Amino acid sequence: MSLIDLANPTRFLALSARVLPWLAAATVILLTIGLYQSASAPDDYQQGATVKIMFIHVPNAWLSMFVWGVMSLASLGTLVWRHPLADVAAKAAAPIGASFTFLALLTGSLWGRPMWGTYWEWDARLTSVLILFLMYLGLMALWRAVEDPSRAARAAAVLTLVGALNLPIIKFSVDWWNTLHQPASVMRMGGSTLDKAFLVPLLVMAVAFTLLFVTLHLAAMRNEILRRRVRSLQMMQASQKAA
Amino acid sequence: MMSLGPYASFIVTSYAAAAIVVVMLIGWVVIDYRNQTARLRELDRSGVTRRSGRSATDTP
Repeated sequence: MSLIDLANPTRFLALSARVLPWLAAATVILLTIGLYQSASAPDDYQQGATVKIMFIHVPNAWLSMFVWGVMSLASLGTLVWRHPLADVAAKAAAPIGASFTFLALLTGSLWGRPMWGTYWEWDARLTSVLILFLMYLGLMALWRAVEDPSRAARAAAVLTLVGALNLPIIKFSVDWWNTLHQPASVMRMGGSTLDKAFLVPLLVMAVAFTLLFVTLHLAAMRNEILRRRVRSLQMMQASQKAA
Repeated sequence: MMSLGPYASFIVTSYAAAAIVVVMLIGWVVIDYRNQTARLRELDRSGVTRRSGRSATDTP
């Protein structure tokens, strides 16, 4: 089966039905391993046990940007190639991305209080992630507000691509401005500054959360395809009754 | 028993919040799937078929 074949929603439904149970099982296994490793990780010499918040906070922060990246690619699919599944993919990803961004903000806040002495600071990193969260909510509101799905798809795609400008701002905010948030310590030139005892559980949790996203995204896409099928059948039914 | 030190409440709240949000997301996709398939079955019972001639509930 080629990628072009997957452009067909019916084929996508068949493939997702086969893949979803395996993805869900892999997610559960990896999350279990990641949580066990997180619980067994040693305390940090400065932060003590609060370093364990990192294993939840960082994967959610990464995914908050990754999901918007996925939505941006899907938006290109909507605007340039008019791919039948592109808008479905973007729309299904938005609530999941918003949830990860909410968790990144919440767990960051809960980590910041004991470490920085404050839950919130209007610094560049925190503020740009808050803007990302608000953009997710705005996008979800837009899809709900516009009744015609093809008009909603185009408007949402443009907004998503404009919003993608925020991604490099989030990533490099800690380098461009003087922020309370620490600079990058995993994905940086010269390699990670994290000790293996923290890096391994963090990477396992990051892969586990990424698998969780893929699983939820496929399931949400399947639901969105079915919702559109229900809508078109209801319209057919209404026009049959009218005729 | 794992000792989480003086900031245990912050750590436990972080993990609990993540667990609640993940469970809510799973609940959302499961309930939404049930709702959509139920609506398709209802349409199928009322005799509406897709343009391809397939039944409304036909998902290979």
